[in-house]
Amino acid sequence: MSDATLNGAASAAPRQEGVETPFRRFVSEFAESRIALGGLVVFVAIALIAIFAPWIAPQNPYDLAQLDIMDGRMEPGTVGGAGFTYWLGTDDQGRDMMSGIMYGLRISLSVGAGSALIACIVGASLGLLAAYAGGRTDSVIMRLVDLQLSFPSILVALMILAFLGKGIMNVVIALVIVEWAYYARTVRGTALVERRREYIEAAQCLALPTRRILFRHLLPNCLPPLIVVATMQVARAIALEATLSFLGLGVPITEPSLGLLIANGYEYMLSGKYWISFYPGIALLITIVSINLVGDQLRDVLNPRLKK
Amino acid sequence: MTVYLLRRLMQALLVVLAMSVIVFVGVYAIGDPVEILISPDADQIERERAVRALGLDRPLWEQYVVFLGNALRGDLGNSFVFNEPALKLILQRMPATLELAFGAMFLAIIIGLPLGLYAGLRPNSPVSKTIMAGSILGFSLPTFWVGLMLIMVFAVQLGWLPSTGRGDTASLFGLHWSFLTLDGLSHMAMPALNLALFKISLVIRLTRAGVRETMLMDYVKFARAKGLSPARVTFVHVFKNILIPVVTVVGLELGSTIAFSVVTESVFAWPGMGKLIIDSINVLDRPVIVAYLIIIVLMFITINLIVDVTYSLLDPRVRLESKGT
Repeated sequence: MSDATLNGAASAAPRQEGVETPFRRFVSEFAESRIALGGLVVFVAIALIAIFAPWIAPQNPYDLAQLDIMDGRMEPGTVGGAGFTYWLGTDDQGRDMMSGIMYGLRISLSVGAGSALIACIVGASLGLLAAYAGGRTDSVIMRLVDLQLSFPSILVALMILAFLGKGIMNVVIALVIVEWAYYARTVRGTALVERRREYIEAAQCLALPTRRILFRHLLPNCLPPLIVVATMQVARAIALEATLSFLGLGVPITEPSLGLLIANGYEYMLSGKYWISFYPGIALLITIVSINLVGDQLRDVLNPRLKK
Repeated sequence: MTVYLLRRLMQALLVVLAMSVIVFVGVYAIGDPVEILISPDADQIERERAVRALGLDRPLWEQYVVFLGNALRGDLGNSFVFNEPALKLILQRMPATLELAFGAMFLAIIIGLPLGLYAGLRPNSPVSKTIMAGSILGFSLPTFWVGLMLIMVFAVQLGWLPSTGRGDTASLFGLHWSFLTLDGLSHMAMPALNLALFKISLVIRLTRAGVRETMLMDYVKFARAKGLSPARVTFVHVFKNILIPVVTVVGLELGSTIAFSVVTESVFAWPGMGKLIIDSINVLDRPVIVAYLIIIVLMFITINLIVDVTYSLLDPRVRLESKGT
């Protein structure tokens, strides 16, 4: 209740130009790094391409009626039977690689971001619980985290996909299981410090329910490091999904992500037809690097120890 | 100390046991090997005979107890596909994987250390900035794609190196090794570099951080003040002190290098354990999957145990803390 009135009052108050709000300070600090800003612009562009792929791609690469097998394995820049130019060449089925990449980005980004979001919810909740409850709950959760982190991500993902088999949902499950521990550890670390603060004590004295204290009081104050970890983990999730799909354990052939596109071109690469693997790889690379650049700058901006 | 060791050993055993249950249930509770192994034309009697021969008709827990008993005797079942002991299949391919992993570690050190040292000594020079940018790329590039690009450039375009396989091997201690022949080495160069990429970045960052920290120490200032040559200060006073933590971390990374070789081996068709497990997962050859996972889990737990015990020897606080809880 008190939150609502406070927020209302703040937004109702007249805002003058040039007044420094925390958000504006954050934006201007972030923009200090030109490279990070460039990364953000590129990432937004990629996300837009992925979202609007069905409307902007020259063809729907999975509508068989639009494919012409005679156009198979054409070099970049050739004009196909359908009358438009294949700027990035075609694959063995005569699919336009550019359209294939746009659709592949949709799958890669949604799997990466989706799994990171679910892992964030699961991990952050468990991390908060561990820090707040302490004692036995804490040690059980943190033991699990330690156990999980002592195995490399690829091994854990491999194990889970060996159990569950292929499929987009199974990849998401594997990525969530791989990633939740990072969120849990980060949130617990911050929450352990925050929970000794006076505002938590005050909330406890008001006899607020534990759930409310955890999510309305503790969580918002643990957000900065969580945002940084989440950004980095999206990039890691996309890379790991691509790797798994490349190994043939990830997404099914009917819904190819960038990793699967690269795998499809692998056999043709040895005969010099590089573009089937090369361009999806470049798209993957640009996506991962742009997210990492943004994450790097976020870490610098949100880290209180580096504040001038 | 003995108590701590025993406690730690018990924990490790429990983890092994828990992992074996997870792996066994995970692998055997999904899918149906009968569908894959027995031809659809086979009649009911043939199917039942095959099911009985593979022990698939018994309840899951009974299969697990039999599996555990056999596992303790070193028998992890026969591969459905090769009809050979799964353990033997894996052990046969282990030298190839180990060779690749050690090759990668070696490259990580001989490439990463000098670059990191340079970046630490001249943090503001353009070369150092390039090195550091390169190390960020090394962290964020997906390994398999870099492998493909290596093949594209060095095998397809330039034709300098062979793209797949292990090449000629020479035998030593009754095992076959690629690094003993020139042809084998040329086959190993690209996969080892590919696998090393991530570790090179790691070594560069560790070395650079170590050098920058050590350069500010009083003993380095004193050595300089004594009028020692910069080369002597760098290589004797600084280098020696950063070497130990770097080598320790690289040693710790051995396990993850072996795990990540799954990717590199698939790209370069390197006939190691990693390639075997991917092929086995694709055809659901469960005894091999289980055996691989059990072996690699054992390997990790052993490495972690050694690390923990070494740390507790070096730092008594670790020991005391675990006694308290």
